Amino acid sequence: MASNPYFSLAVLFVGALGFGLAPLALAWVWAKVFSPSKPNALKNAVYECGLESKGDAWVQYRSGYYLYAIIFLIFDVEAVFLLPFAVAFTGLGLAASLSMLVFVLLLVEGLAWAWAKGVLTWA
Amino acid sequence: MAVDEGLKIELGKQGVFVTTLQELYNWGRRSSVWPMNFGLACCAIEMIATTMARYDLARFGAEVFRPSPRQADLMIISGTVTKKMAPQVVRLYNQMGEPRYVIAMGACAISGGPFKQGYNVLKGIDRYIPVDVHIPGCPPRPEALLEAFMTLQKKIDAQHLTGEERPRHLDAEAPGMFPVPEQGEHDLEPPANKNVWTVPVVIR
Repeated sequence: MASNPYFSLAVLFVGALGFGLAPLALAWVWAKVFSPSKPNALKNAVYECGLESKGDAWVQYRSGYYLYAIIFLIFDVEAVFLLPFAVAFTGLGLAASLSMLVFVLLLVEGLAWAWAKGVLTWA
Repeated sequence: MAVDEGLKIELGKQGVFVTTLQELYNWGRRSSVWPMNFGLACCAIEMIATTMARYDLARFGAEVFRPSPRQADLMIISGTVTKKMAPQVVRLYNQMGEPRYVIAMGACAISGGPFKQGYNVLKGIDRYIPVDVHIPGCPPRPEALLEAFMTLQKKIDAQHLTGEERPRHLDAEAPGMFPVPEQGEHDLEPPANKNVWTVPVVIR
């Protein structure tokens, strides 16, 4: 067996395995045998915090909030494009102005739709 | 079993290092005390300064502030403990793993300090949990916290692994749970943990 050319590799492999596993085993033995364990109800609680956990972790949010997110996005994107538009306004040609108008109108249409649906009324 | 100090030094000169299991154990404990990431009031600012480059708490192996009580060994009560906060402090202390140590930092944590007359201030956290080191000051300077830390290290160094004088965490009989006070009608209930703190008798 020792004459096998891969024998030294096998020895190194076992050594490497031991190098990794020995500290883990030592830590396990230390925790099981020597560590001063004093469990109590608070220490064994699921979540460590100064306050007691209340309610369920599976909190549900109103699906209606996604509308607010979308409307925010409309205004957000609009602002990003309006600023350079306003800066370059005097130097713009007809085509650029028209395409910007279409863009703004599309967003306005979205806003009008949301308004008509009553999304803007905070309830 | 203790090794004769002179013999130890003599052996050290010859390149032989002698120690006991107890010394090794305590050396490991005191050199890796991880404080809890927990500040209550202005003393916490001094505590933060202590961890920074100028004072450098890392020299003592205590730079790893853990945000979870489960990974912390040391609770630094840094500031005023109000009666509203006291249950949370005791609860967090209960959630720390053994061995655990407490430094009461500043006048407020010791006795209520300048707010002692306040209706809402706890007159010292040692009413509910055992405190290892008290530091006076308002707030104590970072040097004072370092001094307290070194005092704690000396205390850990002197602990016995066995025998009557072994510390609380090695005593299976010693309590591991310290009751969390609750908000009563006028005060915290109970106003103090009788096993930790007794009402001082005023002799007139």
